[in-house]
Amino acid sequence: MATLTVYSAPGAAVPTTGFWTRARKAGLAFLVIGVLAAGIFGPLARQHKSARFTFTQTITGAHVDIPAQPGAIAFGLLCAIAGAILLAWGRAARMLVLLISLALVFLVLSFLCWQVASGRNSTVLPLGDLSNSTVKAALPLVFGALGGVLCERSGVINVAIEGQLLTGAFAGALFGTIFSSSWAGLIAAALGGVFISALLAVLAIRYLVDQVVLGVVLNLFALGFTGFVFTQLMAQHQDKYNFAPVFPSWQVPGLSRIPILGPAFFQGNFFVYLAIALVVLVHVGLFQTKWGLRTRAVGEHPTAADTVGIKVYRIRYRNVLLAGVIAGIGGAYLTIGDVGNFNANQTSGRGFIALAALIFGRWSPFGATLAALLFGFSTALAQVLSVIGSPIPQEFLSMLPYVATIVAVAGLVGRVRAPAADGKPYLKG
Amino acid sequence: MVEPGEIHALLGENGAGKSTLMNVLYGLLQPDEGEIVVNGEPKRFRSPGDAIDAGIGMVHQHFMLVPVFTVTENIMLGAERTRGGLLNRGSARERVLAVSRQYGLPVDPDATIEDLPVGVQQRVEIIKALVRNVDLLILDEPTAVLTPQETEELLAVMRTLKADGKSIVFITHKLKEVKAIADRITVVRRGRTVGTATPDASEDSLAAQMVGRAVKLRVDKEAAQPGDPILSVAGLTVLDERGQVAVDGIDLEVRAGEVLGIAGVQGNGQTELIEAIMGLRPIQGGEITLHEGRSGTGRPAGGRRGRGPASQSLVGRRTSEILHAGVGYIPEDRSVDGLVMEFSVAENLVLDRYDEPRYASGIALSPNAINEAAKARITEFDVRTPSHLAPVSTLSGGNQQKVIVAREMSSPLKLLIAAQPTRGVDVGSTEFIHARVVRERDQGTGVLLVSSELDEVVALADRIAVMYRGKVLATLPADAPREQIGLLMAGITDGAAPETSGSEAGPETSGSEAGREEDES
Repeated sequence: MATLTVYSAPGAAVPTTGFWTRARKAGLAFLVIGVLAAGIFGPLARQHKSARFTFTQTITGAHVDIPAQPGAIAFGLLCAIAGAILLAWGRAARMLVLLISLALVFLVLSFLCWQVASGRNSTVLPLGDLSNSTVKAALPLVFGALGGVLCERSGVINVAIEGQLLTGAFAGALFGTIFSSSWAGLIAAALGGVFISALLAVLAIRYLVDQVVLGVVLNLFALGFTGFVFTQLMAQHQDKYNFAPVFPSWQVPGLSRIPILGPAFFQGNFFVYLAIALVVLVHVGLFQTKWGLRTRAVGEHPTAADTVGIKVYRIRYRNVLLAGVIAGIGGAYLTIGDVGNFNANQTSGRGFIALAALIFGRWSPFGATLAALLFGFSTALAQVLSVIGSPIPQEFLSMLPYVATIVAVAGLVGRVRAPAADGKPYLKG
Repeated sequence: MVEPGEIHALLGENGAGKSTLMNVLYGLLQPDEGEIVVNGEPKRFRSPGDAIDAGIGMVHQHFMLVPVFTVTENIMLGAERTRGGLLNRGSARERVLAVSRQYGLPVDPDATIEDLPVGVQQRVEIIKALVRNVDLLILDEPTAVLTPQETEELLAVMRTLKADGKSIVFITHKLKEVKAIADRITVVRRGRTVGTATPDASEDSLAAQMVGRAVKLRVDKEAAQPGDPILSVAGLTVLDERGQVAVDGIDLEVRAGEVLGIAGVQGNGQTELIEAIMGLRPIQGGEITLHEGRSGTGRPAGGRRGRGPASQSLVGRRTSEILHAGVGYIPEDRSVDGLVMEFSVAENLVLDRYDEPRYASGIALSPNAINEAAKARITEFDVRTPSHLAPVSTLSGGNQQKVIVAREMSSPLKLLIAAQPTRGVDVGSTEFIHARVVRERDQGTGVLLVSSELDEVVALADRIAVMYRGKVLATLPADAPREQIGLLMAGITDGAAPETSGSEAGPETSGSEAGREEDES
């Protein structure tokens, strides 16, 4: 056989970004931030004070004490070292995620050493409580983001997650009270989510309305409608319309004893277990079943799906409605899964954070869940810190989840690939 | 009517209704009247699913493959087999390999579509149809994206399928291929069947039937009289949207009074090259220079506009500056980059010149001047339009393209960049546009022509540069053998043997396939 001079595909082997790979950029950022953390949090931390971390949900029990000033400096430097390794190494691989996670953990620990030791009310941080609050804050986000995954993988942008959550929370409280059954509330919540989804589906798929604008409008509609019924009816007769029974907690024997994580994941109510099951179910469904293959095909290249006999509209309608069921149930967690009553604008932007989690998690069920947990953690951290009397003003602490969202989506995500036909209506012919 | 085991060619111009007819046959569009008869039974296809059930498969002009799926996933899509509720990828993979071996269509079942060359993607499309046990396979312009060698391979596959008793409808406007493979030919024009023919009909007579009058298949032109260089490109490197190198250190030179044709299969960096020259895409490295060249006849190229610096770099310049420096640009996709569809013909004729003194005074346009100029252009360039005020979207593809050509040629040019100037244009307009390009050349303009139709490049160019994966592999004289150009288009520089097309395939298939193709070459 004659020697062939076949050119290889340019750029196929190595990414062409040059020296400043993503790993290097992240490494540099962590190096600088880590040094800053050591330099700022260290001196700020009060001398001869220590921060106590308990592994339980209370301020007593097994614990570690970390001297505040050396701790803040040491963890800041560890974060910088992780950054330096990334910077020196500069390649994206499995180690990248590990190193970035480590750097983040060290950064948070450095911050906590200062914060906890400087608390006005207490210098003890119960880690069990922190993880419990994280899961509680993350749950509605997980449901919302999973709804978003179903919707957007089939090619319909779901900005209406907020509206679906809110309607679910509202319907759960109202009908849960009327029928004095939390299960009835749950079904009503699912139907509430489906109601918003149905509007989204018909207007987006049948009438080709711009899906982002439509989502915003549906959110405003849900906010106005639930707010109206709340002030006119529920707020005036709380006991008759806004006093729903709450789902009881179920303990998983054994697993609930795991320190820190046990109470968070295995002592919760129905919603916690449903969320765990749904994440697995949606993942397997999306990547291992006929339904998932068709859903993804419709979201990537609807014409190709149509030419092999797949009913594009039917798949999109089905997925958008299913997304409403999941997000509606997620909203119900805020009422019948937690406090039992509804308040105007109870979701207060959680739907948008769920949307960010969906994008940060790259449209994958597990990714979105991890992102939701991250956002949940920042919410929980803000709560816990304000309880122990942090020197940072309350207003700044409540900004934490949103700042984390912006940093995550703008800084860490970079360019991600949405399903190719996401937001594009399909027209036959 | 298509008989079993027959290759039936459907020949017609762009827009003659070939694809529409086949989309009706495949259930994508619904007929307003008439009926489809399969094996003696009238059928009505409400969706492609019905057509597949009736044994009809189609390979679309634009591939219907999900880019992020693997070959197997694409082929199983819509006909998934499951085991215990989960996808059975294993059995689908086996099926792909079996069909792949049976018909000599090597593919790697686990490769992701977007990583595969178009030729292989087309094989996947064919396998996709065959897996569904079709009796009739419709191939819609299958050779448009292939190199000459890949085209030969496709024709061989078609013969295999025919020998296996499958019927094929082969849609094309390329006469050579029709004559090479078809058993019977139906010619369509403007939505009507205008005749049938046998493959021994001459190319001229087929072309005449297709267009409705006698046409010249060759472009009349004198030998070029090239002058000084007008455009030089040195070491140009450009990235595509995905950050991959699309143009990889290219050196080019276009001289006054010559047509430099760039041949190559679509997607080998031609688009990025042109966009970089026009300032529409940032470059990574290299230099682009527009010279004050003199044509072979000693006349300064670009006439009066030729004043200004002797040589100027185009790197980092805005597109409007580049246009005003004496560059004309016919973009490859007229509906996206060339015209504003809702605007009138007159407005489109001044789209990049509206701010010149002849059309504007101060901040106001001069509608009279624009309209008068438009009427003159419409006559000169034979644009068939009801009025100069008609929206350009109401014109046929050929006339839309003539609007662009008229606009670009209405100013004195040093350099004309023509990307796919006759794509989707009828034969009559193609003749006209080709003649105008040659006339522009004879006036001393340097012309850079990009076309994925090798016939067009060969017909117009004085020199041919072949692009493959972002590089210019060679620059050849216009009379270089087509075989040599074809090999270069496939990335083979020594011409000893065609690239074994099975090289991308998995180990299961590549061995036997490579052997088979080696014997052929």
